[in-house]
Amino acid sequence: MFDFLDLERYDLFGVFWTTIQLTVYSAIGSLIWGTILAGMRVSPVPIMRGFATVYVNLLRNTPLTLIIVFCSLGLNQTLGVTMFTDGDPEPTNFRLAVLGFIVYTATFVCEAIRSGINTVPVGQAEAARAIGLPFTQVLGTIVLPQAFRAVIAPLANVLIALTKNTTVAAAIGVAEASLLMKEMIENEAQTIPIALVFAFGFIILTLPMGLFLGWVANRMAVKR
Amino acid sequence: MTNLSVLYDAPGPRAKRRNAALAVLFIVVLGLLLWVTINALNDKNQLDAEKWDPFVTDSRVWSTYLWPGLQETLKAAFLSLVIALPLGAILGIGRLSDHWWIRRPCDVVVEFFRALPVLLLMLFANEAYFQWSDVDREVRPLYAVVTALVLYNASVLAEIVRAGVKSLPSGQQDASRAIGMRKGQTMVTILLPQAVTVMLPAIVSQLVVIVKDTTLGGVMLGFGELLSNARLVSTNYSNTIAAYAVAAAIFIVLNFLLTSFASWLEKKIRRGKRNPGASVTGEPSGLEPTAPSSMTVTASAGSAA
Repeated sequence: MFDFLDLERYDLFGVFWTTIQLTVYSAIGSLIWGTILAGMRVSPVPIMRGFATVYVNLLRNTPLTLIIVFCSLGLNQTLGVTMFTDGDPEPTNFRLAVLGFIVYTATFVCEAIRSGINTVPVGQAEAARAIGLPFTQVLGTIVLPQAFRAVIAPLANVLIALTKNTTVAAAIGVAEASLLMKEMIENEAQTIPIALVFAFGFIILTLPMGLFLGWVANRMAVKR
Repeated sequence: MTNLSVLYDAPGPRAKRRNAALAVLFIVVLGLLLWVTINALNDKNQLDAEKWDPFVTDSRVWSTYLWPGLQETLKAAFLSLVIALPLGAILGIGRLSDHWWIRRPCDVVVEFFRALPVLLLMLFANEAYFQWSDVDREVRPLYAVVTALVLYNASVLAEIVRAGVKSLPSGQQDASRAIGMRKGQTMVTILLPQAVTVMLPAIVSQLVVIVKDTTLGGVMLGFGELLSNARLVSTNYSNTIAAYAVAAAIFIVLNFLLTSFASWLEKKIRRGKRNPGASVTGEPSGLEPTAPSSMTVTASAGSAA
């Protein structure tokens, strides 16, 4: 029944490794960019706040597929952006996909962090100021530790969504799991077993992630 | 500006000066970036009038490509939502059942389809229709897209329904039991009607996700929706940047309207007199699961999930 698993011909582990790589790089990038955006979104400088708000609302409402395809057709083929590669399509497309995922996922990271900051009652910061703590200590010892704990659960959801979203990279020919699945179900007869193998692969990736991070979020949750 | 008060005190004279300096610095950086982008576009002649003119002068761009594409997008999105809603309601209520042999299968189905990327489901549905049905080639992509979106969103909506019902004050159920209603009656006549009002904003937000997901079918299955039609525009008029910018603008306006509608609904419900004291908000997010933990389920009567 599983004789389609011709690992010589179909690099099953390789494509899932690509999926994992896409996820990890995009997760790190969007965490950094998303945190910067969140910082701007709650900053006291109106122009920064405005920029971050507009950015988040624009990018969040654009389909990810459009962003990824634009990275390839627009940035790469029209404007000649090669993302510091020598123009070789394989690494270029991979990096363009990561860029697209970062640009898109950062908006959700930003919203998750902002909502985390919002869960901290204003009284906490007021009390901290009342006992004379300077700004850095208000932020570093009172507000951020509480906000960080509240952010874990929503960030975990963003990470799981990102893992699934990496399949969109197939649209610009990055050899990740869904592209191989497309090839396999077109070539091989056993459609259902193939689909189940790939479904199983994604469940292995996302389910433990969700369970573990849910457990962490529960443990870390601030009891109010 | 309620979020400001947690992090920042009202600025004093020094903070005001610093903020002004930061603002100027930020404008300079932003302007520099904008300048670089415009230069890059100009170098490749992407700002030429002939690239952008067709959207104003040539009505065929709209009548043969963008408008039909938008119609297909909306058709697929609404079909998916309409089919997914009852399915999701059944699954969600099933997960709340007292009988394990109803609850467990619903759990498995919901968790399974929520863990899968929509693209995987689309590819599978497309191949399945090709192999085991005589669905016409013309409409097969639409069928595949709708099937995949229904499977995925039914499981997401199931979670919304479950959270909505659970967010209701427990007194509602107690009271209906006390006057002798059966479990089914309680669900249909007491809990669901109240939960629906609570869930409406989350459902509208989910529509945004569905609209964005239809584009996957366009690129991977050749479904003639807005994005793939924009691609046709870009090949016909060789204006990649312009075509994608216009397509993005249409999506953004459409989704922004839906998001605004959702938050308007939420506010209205929250303020309304018949507020059952609960609210469910889904994250309006692209290709994003509206997992129960990402939902803000607040219940003033204390039965929060």
